[in-house]
Amino acid sequence: MFGIGVTDIISIIFMAGGVFFMVAGAVGLLRLPDFYTRLHATGKCDTLGEVLMITGCMIFQGWSFVSVKLFFLIFFIFMANPVGTHAIMKAAYYTGLKPWKKGEGRR
Amino acid sequence: MIKRSTVAVFIVMFAFWVLLSACIKPLQGHYDHIRIVVGMICAAITTSVSRDLLITGKENMTLRKTFRLLLYIPWELWQIVLANFDVAYRVLHPKMPIDPCIIEFDTTLRSDFALTTLANSITLTPGTITIDVEPERGRFLVHAIASKAADALLVDQTMQNKVAHVYMEEGGGE
Repeated sequence: MFGIGVTDIISIIFMAGGVFFMVAGAVGLLRLPDFYTRLHATGKCDTLGEVLMITGCMIFQGWSFVSVKLFFLIFFIFMANPVGTHAIMKAAYYTGLKPWKKGEGRR
Repeated sequence: MIKRSTVAVFIVMFAFWVLLSACIKPLQGHYDHIRIVVGMICAAITTSVSRDLLITGKENMTLRKTFRLLLYIPWELWQIVLANFDVAYRVLHPKMPIDPCIIEFDTTLRSDFALTTLANSITLTPGTITIDVEPERGRFLVHAIASKAADALLVDQTMQNKVAHVYMEEGGGE
């Protein structure tokens, strides 16, 4: 019916999960009070959001070279994303940016 | 005399080229011998530049560590999912239950791979991001979004023990 198979539905579920986490990350970027806490939102939600979307694409594509390439994309995102977050965090910390404490106003 | 690690790096690089250019028959690729030759040349150049980076030769019992790392990855993936639900909850909650703090702790880990794995794991798991690592003392500086997330690293130390077990450093294997 409507030409939608089981693999399509599974890939749609994965992509919808990815979209949810990306939106949560974006909301966090806007709502959280300072630089460090914003990195919590972007660093974590972006990793899983991207990975879920790419997994959805892999399932949609099926067993071919394209999905193997996408798998390596997931691998490199898992390696690179935490390192990037950590590098930005370290730079901010040693530049002397004070972390936000509970009860302070927004920066 | 060509070293064994150099050959291994060349094979890895060439296999990766074959993967990216899709120039063999299986998996819906199409064979192309010019691409194979060009790929061998490129793999040789890459190997000559980066042969000391991929395989350092310092590690021993690599196979066993790889196997233990493969067992560690599913647990880590589950922790990442939990971390994302945690962040999504904190962000979407109207009052935003956050209480950031910076904590420091020492570990028994010393090797580069173990420290990198633990630092990346901390960044990806609930409520914590690594700020800095001192490799000599195995000291980690971590920013936690709530004190409960900090307790997981300071009190339980599940993750340190798991990583120590993977890389067979002291303190692991309980």
